[in-house]
Amino acid sequence: MAIKSQKDFFSGLLFTAVGVAFAWGATNYSVGTGARMGPGYFPLILGICMALLGSVITFKSLVVEPADGAGDKIGSFAWKPLFYIIAANLVFGLSIGGLPSIKLPAMGLIFGIFALTFIASKAGEEFKFKEVAILAVILSLMSYAAFILLLKLQFPVWPAFLTA
Amino acid sequence: MELFNNLALGFGVAFTPINLMYAFVGCLLGTLIGVLPGIGPLATIAMLLPATYALPPVSALIMLAGIYYGAQYGGSTTAVLVNLPGEASSVVTVIDGHQMARNGRAGPALAAAGLGSFFAGCVGTLVLAAFAVPLTEVAFKFGPAEYFSLMILGLVGAVVLASGSLLKAVGMIFLGLLLGLIGTDVNSGVARYSFDIPELTDGIGFIVIAMGVFGYGEIISNLGKHESEREVFTADVKGLMPTKEDFRLMVPAVLRGTSLGAVLGILPGGGAVMAAFAAYTIEKKTKLQAGEVPFGKGNIRGVAAPEAANNAASQTSFIPLLTLGIPPNAVMALMVGAMTIHNIQPGPQVMTSNPELFWGLIASMWIGNAMLIILNLPLIGIWIKLLSVPYRWLFPAIVLFCAIGVYSTNNNTFDIWMVAIFGVVGYLFIKLGMEPAPLLLGFILGPMMEENLRRALLLSRGDWSVFVTRGLSASLLAVAALLLVVVLLPSVSKKREEAFIEE
Repeated sequence: MAIKSQKDFFSGLLFTAVGVAFAWGATNYSVGTGARMGPGYFPLILGICMALLGSVITFKSLVVEPADGAGDKIGSFAWKPLFYIIAANLVFGLSIGGLPSIKLPAMGLIFGIFALTFIASKAGEEFKFKEVAILAVILSLMSYAAFILLLKLQFPVWPAFLTA
Repeated sequence: MELFNNLALGFGVAFTPINLMYAFVGCLLGTLIGVLPGIGPLATIAMLLPATYALPPVSALIMLAGIYYGAQYGGSTTAVLVNLPGEASSVVTVIDGHQMARNGRAGPALAAAGLGSFFAGCVGTLVLAAFAVPLTEVAFKFGPAEYFSLMILGLVGAVVLASGSLLKAVGMIFLGLLLGLIGTDVNSGVARYSFDIPELTDGIGFIVIAMGVFGYGEIISNLGKHESEREVFTADVKGLMPTKEDFRLMVPAVLRGTSLGAVLGILPGGGAVMAAFAAYTIEKKTKLQAGEVPFGKGNIRGVAAPEAANNAASQTSFIPLLTLGIPPNAVMALMVGAMTIHNIQPGPQVMTSNPELFWGLIASMWIGNAMLIILNLPLIGIWIKLLSVPYRWLFPAIVLFCAIGVYSTNNNTFDIWMVAIFGVVGYLFIKLGMEPAPLLLGFILGPMMEENLRRALLLSRGDWSVFVTRGLSASLLAVAALLLVVVLLPSVSKKREEAFIEE
């Protein structure tokens, strides 16, 4: 059987899978009755409803022709931006918090901003080193002024081994 | 008149230098993000929430509200000049607004949008002030069953007005409700779905979801498009003043847009986007006058009406939030979060327990609208310059502000790992055509719904008929059912699809 709408097919599967997972998880908690709802009651109902809904969406995607007739293809994934944006975010987190399990010290906010700007910029179509460096300097100055001086947010600003 | 006393109290609060400053900052930021395509009020409010911790609650809410309605102004600038909606609610402004700019009439188009928004904003604020007191009295009659039914109505409204597939929107609501249940159950103390991760027993932060899905997801999807799809076009703007003829056409359109927007804003699930769509549809249905430019070719009514409607709706959508404590759309859901951060429980008691906050916020909206018209008309040149900033400088900054915002909510790197996950999930949503706004609404309402359902059924000893035997609750459910039926009617559903394909 051919898939009429790829988008709907996979979103349906996703709903079903997540619904089943939540409903199954809910059975680990006491479900109770309507008058005395346990912690599992509401998630169990929601999970079952969502799983059923997901199967309806999947079923429809196999049978009903989508309105625009274009086949509703998902299209290619933008792996490059996906990778670099998420990586930039993770590296920023590592710079702020460090990773105690492998004794990676916290490098602080300023290092984090530079790392984030360079990695995130890789996600774009153009990457000019000089331009990105200037951007990183501007963003560091702005963030320092706004978040540390003005709003007094609690951040490790410099690497832990310098301030300790 | 009590209303005037209340408003006087509100203006007293709003006119203090500090609150004036935050109203200005909010409006400025709102315009900024409204002008910039690819970042909307949702992500911005989520980003700035942590920064408001240190502020007094009134100032914080004044600023956040300014961002929301400010974005409705800024969005029209981009729509007219760049042929891109700067903000989702300006989608229809693009159609006629950009055509006017092509014909060298960018100035009058911007003026129509600005003046229309200003008028609508003032009316919206008055409606909000006038309806707040009576609605609050109704709210005190609400028991758990009514609250549950009202939330059902709100969620149905969100589904009906969502663009794209109805079924998928329902699915997103379920997903949001379930995600909202993660964490410690208030009644039994059981940590649900926390997988023994201590941070998860507090639940997932809504900032994490908003930022991941709306911030990162959008950026990744934008970068995935080719540069040519992000058309940039800067027009000369000269002669802001619309002609007499323009005014003659504009005024009734603005009036229609304002009343429509004010009504749709109050309805649960309604909001700025739908109001703009509906207003444009109505204008298109009215007959063209002799010598008038047809729609789609630069008709000034096609700019004035939707812009008035989206601004009126953005003001009146505060009504359900402030009187019932129920957010009617995703941005208002974030405002619930903002209020809880400051230990204010949204609901009918806000007006009596925090009158300065309640009336101060309302008064600040009027001041904010006055600031916005100055920001957006005489100072339009600044925003035009801003539109020429390349995206490759903007998106790293947005990524940075998201990361900083997420971290500073709890000063915990765990939230940064979570936002990475939701960034990937958000991109997947976009690829699969799953609209994320209903998810956020469900997420905020999840715990509230469970609590009210539990209480209602406890009081009725497990009898589900309580939702239809109590008059108020039954009528709310009836409206919800009616909405669903109307949308599912073949003729309406076909029209609805057409309306959204026009995007």
